[in-house]
Amino acid sequence: MEISLDLTVAWALLLAFAVYVYVILDGFDLGIGILYPFFPEKRDRDLLMNSVAPVWDGNETWLVLGGGGLFAAFPLAYAIIMPAVYPPVIAMLLALVFRGVAFEFRWRAARLFSRWFWDAAFIGGSVVAALTQGIILGALLQGIEVDGRAYGGGWWDWLSPFSLLCGAAVVAGYGLLGACWLNMKIEGEVQQKVRRLARLFGIATVAFIVAVSAATPFLEAAYFDRWLGWPGILYVAPVPVLVGLFTLLLARALLADGRDWLPFVLALGLFGLCFAGLGVSMWPYVIPTEVTLWEAASPYKSQLFMFVGAVVLVPVILAYTGYAYWVFRGKLDPEKGYH
Amino acid sequence: MDLSFGVDAVLLARIQFAFTVSFHFVFPAFTIGLASFLTVLNGMYLWTRDETYLQLFKYWLKIFAISFAMGVVSGIVMSYQFGTNWSVFSDLAGPVIGPLMAYEVLTAFFLEAGFLGIMLFGREKVGNTLHMVACVMVAVGTAISATWILSVNSWMQTPVGFSIDPDTGQFLPEDWWAIVFNPSFPYRLAHTLTAAYLTTAFIVGGVGAWHLLKGRVLNKGVLTMFSMAMWMAAVVAPLQIIVGHEHGLNTYEYQPTKVLAMEGHFDSYEDGVPLILFGIPDQAAGEMRYAVEIPRIGGPILNKPWDAQMDGLDTVPDELEPPVGIVFWSFRVMVGIGLLMTVVGLWSLVSRVRGRLYDDRWLHRAALVMAPSGLIAVLAGWITTEVGRQPFVVYGELLTAEAASPLGAAAVGASLVAFILIYFAIFGAGVVYILRLMATPPLPGQRGVREEPGPIRTAGIMPAEHQTGDMNKEGTA
Ligand code: HDD
Ligand code: HEM
Ligand code: HEM
Repeated sequence: MEISLDLTVAWALLLAFAVYVYVILDGFDLGIGILYPFFPEKRDRDLLMNSVAPVWDGNETWLVLGGGGLFAAFPLAYAIIMPAVYPPVIAMLLALVFRGVAFEFRWRAARLFSRWFWDAAFIGGSVVAALTQGIILGALLQGIEVDGRAYGGGWWDWLSPFSLLCGAAVVAGYGLLGACWLNMKIEGEVQQKVRRLARLFGIATVAFIVAVSAATPFLEAAYFDRWLGWPGILYVAPVPVLVGLFTLLLARALLADGRDWLPFVLALGLFGLCFAGLGVSMWPYVIPTEVTLWEAASPYKSQLFMFVGAVVLVPVILAYTGYAYWVFRGKLDPEKGYH
Repeated sequence: MDLSFGVDAVLLARIQFAFTVSFHFVFPAFTIGLASFLTVLNGMYLWTRDETYLQLFKYWLKIFAISFAMGVVSGIVMSYQFGTNWSVFSDLAGPVIGPLMAYEVLTAFFLEAGFLGIMLFGREKVGNTLHMVACVMVAVGTAISATWILSVNSWMQTPVGFSIDPDTGQFLPEDWWAIVFNPSFPYRLAHTLTAAYLTTAFIVGGVGAWHLLKGRVLNKGVLTMFSMAMWMAAVVAPLQIIVGHEHGLNTYEYQPTKVLAMEGHFDSYEDGVPLILFGIPDQAAGEMRYAVEIPRIGGPILNKPWDAQMDGLDTVPDELEPPVGIVFWSFRVMVGIGLLMTVVGLWSLVSRVRGRLYDDRWLHRAALVMAPSGLIAVLAGWITTEVGRQPFVVYGELLTAEAASPLGAAAVGASLVAFILIYFAIFGAGVVYILRLMATPPLPGQRGVREEPGPIRTAGIMPAEHQTGDMNKEGTA
């Protein structure tokens, strides 16, 4: 049993890693869609889209790993969470359909109207996907009603001021990631504009982080104890302190010129800290205060079978994904799009 | 408005699953074949340095990009549908099929997605050799993906290698090897991959035929693609009949009820089994009306003697019978198309031998009409397979009716409506874009996805259309 416990924890960490990678990677390319409304010119829009065209599919695959991994390693959690957040999940999937096809369809649109339409699909799809992802996270944090081995609540339970707050926070955060990514990939006037937007979205993101953090401890007694109880507060205090530090560094990097990669890296750090905070709140539950990781875990044999493969394959995947990014590295030449 | 339409949640969930998966599968059926076709074209170009192949590669690459994107987004929907609509199934069967699907993500989806960018946009950046590697990776990725997902589906059809947890009712894996290589898996994999190749061959052939009928007989790209497609049809279509037949025999061994429904055998036979060609199944009455049948040869088809005796659906309890009408007819559609494909394939051989492959207008017309036949056949095939396993979702173990999520019918109904409206609008537009690309012939100096004047180019495919005009003149001259 000893080993089996460890494997469950290992899977939880691996899934957390997959979700984190998803959030930062698809985060910046959904962020591009969120920033689209600020760039009405077709030329700029083409440039923005081309900065992610070769990689967006790989980015989105981490979402499939997150969902598929949850299904495989914690089937009970998957079976309870999905029906609980049914409407936002369906909305997210449809939003991803819209924005995914926009990558190809936009270039095929012969008429002004259809181009306008696919641009709108790209914007709407990106915003709704980000919003619903935040809502799903919020719904999970605020608690899901469980009845036996199934979801026991109604189909509007996910909707609350808190989940909407989380939704808005994710939209702002992805906007920040997108702007920092573009800051790295683009030069000239557009880059200047992107930097201004990055500051704007940066301020919004930090404000939302503060708001969500302030609200979380009051959702469940367990969260309160962990964050504000004694002596727990000593262990978790570094998280908010580091968030403050990263915020300062990010502000400085965005105000000064040069080192275009720095804001992006700092934004990734900020997301990493939020993620760590999330982990602190949720541990050891997969559905907070209802189902623990171990209760939801699939049998040892299932977890082991997959784990062997994952340990070998995830590094390989990271390697060739890294290579794909490397191939398309550097500033984008506006005269030479990919499409 | 009542969004449940007076139908229960399980049926709505089934319709939703069938609808979304059918839409999804249309794209893989085409992209699996097309990825291999592109890889072959690219390889041929590198080997022979004949520009025609490069031209064809670039031509089909654009169509591939669109179709692949639609495959990806509709596929992501599928991977979440298990949890949203079949949560009880997910809880119970997750320990067995979850890992297989996770392997699909790890071994296939990342591979496809990782190298797709390089395949589409990277030739200039990485050089010919690495670009070729990327093409191979994408093609291999699609086949690996098919392997895992078909293993999952086959396990649901012929479940082995598990035990049942007495407390939770979960399926517990006992023997992974047995689970992955379950009895129907090899047949289903062979049959489905072959189906994907045929689907692509007939689409490519249909496009070639269209341009030939338009008189573009001097366009080498058109000739080459038509010829390659017809080779594929001639070789693979007969093979598919054999593979399909073996598949059916295997199914008869493990899921006899399904085969009885496919063949329409309501009655048991004492002395010789007929082959029912057509008829109107009446499941309530348990008989085949207006049956057109050939006596006795139904036995040998199922590897039985001429005077075999066989149990029919009358020996199966009514509540365990699948809907016979659907299975019976979808099976006939698939087999009918398989036979027609073989006819076209052999016809092309005859024309080829006579040196008339490029001016046999009736062959071109037939190939054009058959262009979408593969897509119809794969959908018919899946309907046969899936409806034929009813009322079970895990055959013999878990009833479909007991596998659904505890959702209100209105919730499922509302999302079903959203799926139908959005899928038809979006994928309809995608199909229009693909057809537009297909309507222009491949051109010398064909622009790839990458070289098209980037962000500041003129709208869509206009430049290609201008050149099309010239090509036509050349062709009919
Ligand atoms: C025989 C082949 C086959 C079958 C039966 C299915 N698929 Fe599929 N799927 C593919 C063959 C494929 C593919 C060829 O690998 C695709 C098509 C286009 C693409 O991008 O990859 C794909 C894409 C694809 C994706 C997107 C992958 C990405 O992000 O790149 C997902 C999540 C799924 N599929 C999931 C499913 C599920 C849950 C299915 C069953 C219910 C299913 N597929 C049936
Ligand atoms: C991972 C592979 C698959 C799994 C786990 C799966 C599972 C299911 C489930 C749970 C249902 C609903 C229950 C039912 O009515 O049968 C279903 C139905 C159906 N599936 Fe699959 N399926 C898979 C692959 C496919 C594919 C690739 C297709 C092809 C297009 C397909 C076609 C259908 C159809 C047409 C139905 C409707 C049957 C009916 O309503 O009676 N399935 N499948
Ligand atoms: C003409 C000869 C053919 C025969 C005898 C045949 C036989 C079969 C049988 C018996 C099944 C059901 C297996 C089961 O449910 O366990 C099946 C399924 C299927 N068929 Fe065919 N088939 C033929 C042609 C085709 C063609 C031409 C295509 C497509 C181009 C096709 C595509 C499919 C697909 C996608 C399935 C579902 C997946 C599977 O179960 O393999 N078939 N076929």
